Amino acid sequence: MTTATPTVAVGTQQVEKSPGRAARIRKRLNTRTATLVSIVIALLWTVPTLGLLISSIRPEDQIKTTGWWTFFSDPQFTLENYQEVLFGRSSSSGQLASYFLNSLAITIPSVLFPLAFAALAAYALAWINFRGRDWIYIGIFALQIVPLQMALVPLLKFFSTGVTLAGITLLPAWDLDGSQKFAQVWFAHTCFALPFAVFLLHNFISQLPKDLMEAARVDGATHPKIFRTIVLPLITPALAAFGIFQFLWVWNDLLVALIFAGGGDETAPLTVRLAELAGTRGNEWQRLTAGAFVSMVVPLIVFLSLQRYFVRGLLAGSVKG
Amino acid sequence: MNFDFADEQPKLLMLMYGLIAFVAVVGGLLLLLDVVPARFAQRQEGKLVAASASGAPLPRRPKQREYLFGLFFLLPTVLLLLVGLVVPAIRTVLLSFMDSSSTDWVGLRNYVWMFDEDAIVRVLTNTLIWVILVPLLATSFGLLYAVMVDRARFEAVAKSLIFMPMAISMVGASIIWRFVYAYRGEGEQQIGLLNQIVVSLGGTPQAWLQEPPLNTFLLIVIMIWIQAGFAMVVLSAAIKAIPADIVEAARLDGVTPWQMFWQITMPSIRPAVIVVVVTLSIATLKVFDIVRTATNGNYDTSVIANEMYNQAFRYGENGQGSALAVFLFILVVPIVFYQIRNLRQQREG
Repeated sequence: MTTATPTVAVGTQQVEKSPGRAARIRKRLNTRTATLVSIVIALLWTVPTLGLLISSIRPEDQIKTTGWWTFFSDPQFTLENYQEVLFGRSSSSGQLASYFLNSLAITIPSVLFPLAFAALAAYALAWINFRGRDWIYIGIFALQIVPLQMALVPLLKFFSTGVTLAGITLLPAWDLDGSQKFAQVWFAHTCFALPFAVFLLHNFISQLPKDLMEAARVDGATHPKIFRTIVLPLITPALAAFGIFQFLWVWNDLLVALIFAGGGDETAPLTVRLAELAGTRGNEWQRLTAGAFVSMVVPLIVFLSLQRYFVRGLLAGSVKG
Repeated sequence: MNFDFADEQPKLLMLMYGLIAFVAVVGGLLLLLDVVPARFAQRQEGKLVAASASGAPLPRRPKQREYLFGLFFLLPTVLLLLVGLVVPAIRTVLLSFMDSSSTDWVGLRNYVWMFDEDAIVRVLTNTLIWVILVPLLATSFGLLYAVMVDRARFEAVAKSLIFMPMAISMVGASIIWRFVYAYRGEGEQQIGLLNQIVVSLGGTPQAWLQEPPLNTFLLIVIMIWIQAGFAMVVLSAAIKAIPADIVEAARLDGVTPWQMFWQITMPSIRPAVIVVVVTLSIATLKVFDIVRTATNGNYDTSVIANEMYNQAFRYGENGQGSALAVFLFILVVPIVFYQIRNLRQQREG
């Protein structure tokens, strides 16, 4: 009998404790279920890309007659699709090596120009005092909402016929051909990127400590000197964020390239060629799968290695708004 | 099977010219701004020395130099924006009131045409479906996933996988999904995942992308697949920014996860949700690549941006193309105003 009391006591204690323990177990289970479900969804999200990747390394007759999932039961491996789509010389093959270079030639200057110009402008708007500064900033900020579609027709006309006002030629036509047409694409991409670039970099530059700037001014540093030696090193993360953003945007862009680069293998980037292949040879899956993957490699590498900067830029650009 | 490197030389040369131009323009500008004021300063100093030596009154320091610096720093940006965006946008508005070759004024005819022509009304309806469904579904999914993955194990990897489609071009994504939707006749081996699933469940395979109105929804799936990652990343950051003591206090009060979500999480991240919805709405209004790559706008799938391209650059209908561009702009404006109003309320509140 004497032992009964402690047992009861322990019992009540257990009863009292059990909701807590149950809750903890439930919580752990919940976390586990959440982990499991989120991983399953993440894998499902990747399945379409995986199917493409697997197909691109299967032989042509296999791709066209069986589903890519048969690869797991009957693995057959070839790199011929890549060989063909990159270096094949017949017009029906991809010739993607050539377009790959076009993509590079388009993208690099299209990232550098807006980056430099926007950094200069953002610095001026944040730290140089002059009248009308706020109005210029508001104007550039507001331009973000103009869809680039609004500029396409007149801009193309500007490149091809120049600007004439009342019979006087103000600006001559650019008259570019062959690979010179890259310049048009650089110009268009730079213009379209500037409002967002100025906005994003201004967000960073205007938050630099005021004391720092004033100290530099008192020491007699000129604006170009402050810009080069103080501001640029401090905003490197912002520059990286915008650089990655713009790189992905330009590399993946179809519309601007389609209009300003033309369609030939002299200037058109990968996206234009792929869209063309998808339109005219929509069932040549051995080329489409390998080709799509070729176009994805560079942005995926950039994205995976620099994801942190990219996310930071994304958050700065959208949330601070 | 030969790739001739010599053929590629002009491109690389052009790329080099571009880089040289970049260095020359940017470097030149900075150098100019460095050297010229230094000269000025020297001369100024000379004057000062001379003035103090002769006992004449000291000349006042010129103030307008600051203004000149601002001008030169802003010059490239302002010039490019004027030539490349402002003037063209104004011209597009004017062109939208002119005929196809931009010679005669036609009043509102291009706008009337937009709402008169059945094909274009279809385009506008499609755009409406897009702009309702994509922000709604992508944001909901992103939010759900962000809540679920928050503090789960392998969070970083799982998020990366969802986010990855953001890095792929929309052209690439469309090809990926065309392959999912691929169709082989009944009885043949299916190569598309969707038809394989349908067949294994006992259904008959469909040529998915050729069947309106279903095909529009299948294209919307592609956009959601791409954009959900964006929603998830932004909302996940917002969730992590909720102060821990609020969450802890709620937990001590014994709220259920359901209450926690609606009474703590949602109100705290509301601004971020609005930003995501607005950003996605604008991106969706301008969607072009997906429609063009997946169906080329055939089978009743076209949207405004695609139709604008077709009218202006394939059919040479500058007036109608411009009218569509202006209409696109008009659709974007209220969304942005809504966003600005929200931001202002948020700052005041």
